[in-house]
Amino acid sequence: MSALHGLLARLIGDFGATLLLGAGGILLYLTFNVLFLIWLERKVSAHAQRRLGPMEVGPHGALQTIADMLKLLSKQLVTPLATDRFTFLFAPILIFIPTICLASLVPLGGASAFAEMPNGLAVVVVLSGITVIAIFMAGWSSNNKYAVLGGMRSVAQVVAYEIPVLLSALAVVLIAQTLDLNEIVSGQHVPYALYEPVAALIFFIGITAETNRAPFDIPEAESELVGGFHTEYAGMRFALFFFAEYTNMLVLGCVGATLFLGGWKGPFADRWPFLGPVYLLLKGYVVVFLMMWARWTFPRLRFDQLMNFAWKLLIPVALVNLLVTAIVLQAVPLR
Amino acid sequence: MTNPPVPDALDTYVLNMGPQHPSTHGVLRMKLTLRGEEIVAAEPVIGYSHRAHEKMAENRTYAQFLPNTSRQDYLSGIIYNFAWVEAVEKMAGIQVPERALVARVVLAELNRVASHLLWIGAFLLDLGAATPFLYAWDDREAILFLLESVTGSRLTYCTGRFGGLSRDLDADFPRRAREVIAKLRARWDEYEGLIEDNVIFVNRAKGVGVLSRDLCLSYGVTGPSLRGSGVAYDVRKAEPYGAYPRFAFDVPTRTEGDVFARYMVRVLEMRQSVRIIEQALDQLPAGPILNPDSIGVKKRLKLPAGTQYYAVESARGHYGILLVSEGGTEPYRAKFRTPSYPNLAVLADVMPGHMVADAVAVLGSVDLVMPEVDR
Repeated sequence: MSALHGLLARLIGDFGATLLLGAGGILLYLTFNVLFLIWLERKVSAHAQRRLGPMEVGPHGALQTIADMLKLLSKQLVTPLATDRFTFLFAPILIFIPTICLASLVPLGGASAFAEMPNGLAVVVVLSGITVIAIFMAGWSSNNKYAVLGGMRSVAQVVAYEIPVLLSALAVVLIAQTLDLNEIVSGQHVPYALYEPVAALIFFIGITAETNRAPFDIPEAESELVGGFHTEYAGMRFALFFFAEYTNMLVLGCVGATLFLGGWKGPFADRWPFLGPVYLLLKGYVVVFLMMWARWTFPRLRFDQLMNFAWKLLIPVALVNLLVTAIVLQAVPLR
Repeated sequence: MTNPPVPDALDTYVLNMGPQHPSTHGVLRMKLTLRGEEIVAAEPVIGYSHRAHEKMAENRTYAQFLPNTSRQDYLSGIIYNFAWVEAVEKMAGIQVPERALVARVVLAELNRVASHLLWIGAFLLDLGAATPFLYAWDDREAILFLLESVTGSRLTYCTGRFGGLSRDLDADFPRRAREVIAKLRARWDEYEGLIEDNVIFVNRAKGVGVLSRDLCLSYGVTGPSLRGSGVAYDVRKAEPYGAYPRFAFDVPTRTEGDVFARYMVRVLEMRQSVRIIEQALDQLPAGPILNPDSIGVKKRLKLPAGTQYYAVESARGHYGILLVSEGGTEPYRAKFRTPSYPNLAVLADVMPGHMVADAVAVLGSVDLVMPEVDR
C-alpha cells in the first residue's frame, strides 16, 4: 500500500495520492459492501423465515446481487412529468455524499483514518443527519402524495432520533475526554459498551432509526406508503437509494463500533496493522447483522408511537444516563 | 352508503389508497381525506372485481354454478361451495349420507383454519412484520396439501355434489390430518409468545379501530369482527346446519372491539376449529360419500318452485344464499349475502380520527376478500 502511495505521490503529489487511494479505496469497498449486504439481508431474512434465499446465481446465490444490478441498469429510467426535475434527479446522487464523507472519518487501523479531524465525532453527528435532506428532496420533488408523506416522516424521524444518538455519543466523550475518534479508540482499553450499556443501546436504536430500518422504516413503509419517498423512482435511481441505505448501515455500524466496541482494536492488531480494518469491519457487520435481525423480527411502529418513543423515552433516558455518567466520573475518575 | 362529509377546509387533501396498493388486499380503493397524517373521512370505493356471480347463477343450471361458488371467496372457498350445495339439497330435499355430512365439516373447518392463517400472515405484513407471513403460509401449506389430496384443487374447490362429495376421504386422511393438527398446535403456542407478547404489536393493535357493539349490529357486521365486539353470534351455533350440532365447540368472543380483539378471536377460533376437526375425525362414519340416488352433475336438477334462505358461517362471517326457483333447471334469482360487504362498509365510520398507518391495520383486521365484496 505504501509503495503504491509512493509511486502515485511522485506522479501527482502527496496530497493527490492520498486522495486518490483513500477515496478510491473507500468507494471501491463501499460498492462491494452494498453487494455483500444486499445478499446478506436476503440470506438473513430467508433464514429467519425458514427459506433458503437466493441459491441459483453463484455459490449460495453470492452473485445474485450483481445479476439484480445488471437488471436494474438495463431498466428504463422513468421521470414523471410533474416532478421537480433537477431535485428529482439530484436526490439519489446527493444521498451518497454524507455517507461517504462519514466513511472517511472512521479510524481504520493503528495508522489513522483517511481524513483525520480533531473534532471527528462532532462532524460524524452532523453528517449522519444530512442524509435526510436527500430523502426529503426525493419525496418532495416526486410530486406524489405517498412520497411527500414518506419524506416528511423521514425528516421528523431523523430530527427526533439524532438527539438520542448525540446524547449517547456524548456519554462516550465524557469518558474519553475527547472528540477525536482516533483518541477515543486508542483510549478504549475496555469497550465502552461495558461502561455505557444504556448509551450503546440507545445509540443502536438511534442509528437504526436514522438509516430508516425496520421497525423504524416508516418513511418507506411498504404496507402504508407503497414505496414511501422512492415511490416514483425506477431502475438504477431506485437502486441508488438501496445503495445508500446499505452503505449508511455499515458506516454507522462502524461508527458505533468505534465508539462502543473498541473500533479497530483486537488481539494482535497492534503488531499487525492490517488486522485493524478487519476488526473494525467485523464489529461493524455485527451491528449490521443485529439491525437485520431486528428488521425481520418486529412489526413496524406507528408514526406517533415512533415520535413518542424518541421524545418521551429515549431522550430522557439518554439525558439521565449522561448525567449519571458525569456524576460517576466526578466521583471515580477513570484516569 | 352515504358519502362521508368532506370538510371544505384547505388543510385537507385526498389520498387515493388503491386500487393498486400493497395493503388493500386485492382491488379496493379507499378515498382518504387527510389532514396531515390524520384521517378526516374515508370512503371505500368498490366494484373493481365485480364479476356478476348473481347474474351468472340465473343463466346456469344448479350444477353448472358449482365452480363459481368458491371463486367468490377464494380463501375459504370450500365453505362457499358447500353452502351452495347444501342450499340446493335443502330445497330439493336430497338426502346426504352421514359420512359426507361429517366429511364436509372436516373440510370446511380445515379451510377456515387455512383462511385464518393466511389472514394472520397478511395482517402482520400490513403492520410491517414480514416474517410471520411466511410462517403462516407454511402452516397453511400443510392444510392445502390435505385439501388437495381430497378435492384435487388448492384454492377454488369444487368438491361438493348434490347428495354428498365428489370424492371420498382416503383411509390415510385422518392420520395425516391429525399430524397437521399436532404441528399447528405446537406452532400456535410459539406464535402466542412472538406476537401477542410483542410490545410493538400490542401498541399497534390495542385501542385501534374500535367497532362498538351497536355499530356492528347496525351495519350487519358478522364473523370474527362481530365476535371481537362482544356478540357471540356464530351461524354454526345460532342456526346449526349440517353436522355441526354433533360437535362441542365454543364461540370465542372479546368485548374490546379493537384490532387486537379481532386478532385474538381469530386465533382462538382456529383452536376451536381444530377441536371440531378432531371430534369429526373420531366419529367419521363408514358408508357411501355420495347419495347413490342423487343425479350426477351432467343431468339437470329441477328444484320445486319457492324461495329459500340458507346461511352458513364462513371464515369471514354470515354467508347467506337466497334462492328463488320457479321450478326450472336454473334459479330465477340467487342472491348472495356476503359477510365482507358490511364488514367493509362499517370502516367508513371507524377510520376518521386514525392515522394512515392505522387505516392499514383496521382495513387488514376485518379480513376483506374483495371478490366477495363485489361478487
